[in-house]
Amino acid sequence: MEIIVTILILLMIASAIAALIFKDLINAIIASCIVSLIAAILFYFLQAPDVAMAEAAIGAALVTGIFIIAVKRTKRFEE
Amino acid sequence: MRKLIGILLLLIIALGIALSLKEIPFGITKTIIGDHFINKGIEETGAVNIVTSVVVGYRAFDTLGEITILFTATIGLGALFGIYKKKKVNLEIEPPSLIVFTGTRFLFPILILTGTYIIIHGHLTPGGGFQGGAIIASAFLLMYLGCKGKRINENLSKVVEALGGLTFVALGIVGLITGKDFLFNFLSKGEPAALLSAGIIPIIYIAIGLKVGSELAGIIDNLIEKSK
Repeated sequence: MEIIVTILILLMIASAIAALIFKDLINAIIASCIVSLIAAILFYFLQAPDVAMAEAAIGAALVTGIFIIAVKRTKRFEE
Repeated sequence: MRKLIGILLLLIIALGIALSLKEIPFGITKTIIGDHFINKGIEETGAVNIVTSVVVGYRAFDTLGEITILFTATIGLGALFGIYKKKKVNLEIEPPSLIVFTGTRFLFPILILTGTYIIIHGHLTPGGGFQGGAIIASAFLLMYLGCKGKRINENLSKVVEALGGLTFVALGIVGLITGKDFLFNFLSKGEPAALLSAGIIPIIYIAIGLKVGSELAGIIDNLIEKSK
């Protein structure tokens, strides 16, 4: 159990750093979506299913969608 | 230079958080109120899900404030995009592929059903109005992405949103009329773990779910439909 949590936390940190580094903003949005998704799983492991549900629905689905619309309206690549 | 200042600031914040968290033992309750919620929550509010008994039972007035914050944000966004409403330009989304279109048609009803289930069972199982509303709104986001040309009825969503808010405040005022506090649970608490239990808590959560769902769907609609 602890190994799974450790792997998940490392993945979360890696995708958070990747979201900062990526020049293609769509990739960066997907990376930050992965951060929210793993946060939701960790909330579930910490016995907080209510928060996990909110995090998965808002952080992973809605925010990602709104960011993608915003990128579509502006520029896709960071200079 | 700017990066150096940024890293320095981050280190100071990290040090502050580490110092303030050092004293608190992890996973041990230090407050009495938490124990009270766990031991007496079901008895006092009738909701089996303790989180719901706190959110809509003990601190329902704070939840009304949260709803108001979301409402204000939606109004601000609507005002911002409404200025340019005359020259309406739709966002140019490429027509969805067959896989996305078919997937949307299968997933949309399932997502709506899941959201509704989570809202109605808010006092029994994890979840509630906020989570279910967000799931319903994400179903509409999927519809916008997957079915080109389909739009939500803007006036209907406004009516639903207003009805949700009105129900919440009206239930609170009925509590005042019965001679107790604002948002007093005046209905019978019923049998714990039954669908029709916990008095006004499920009704408030359905109102919150309708309001949050239509507000978030309205935000997506504003972002996609209105011009830059």
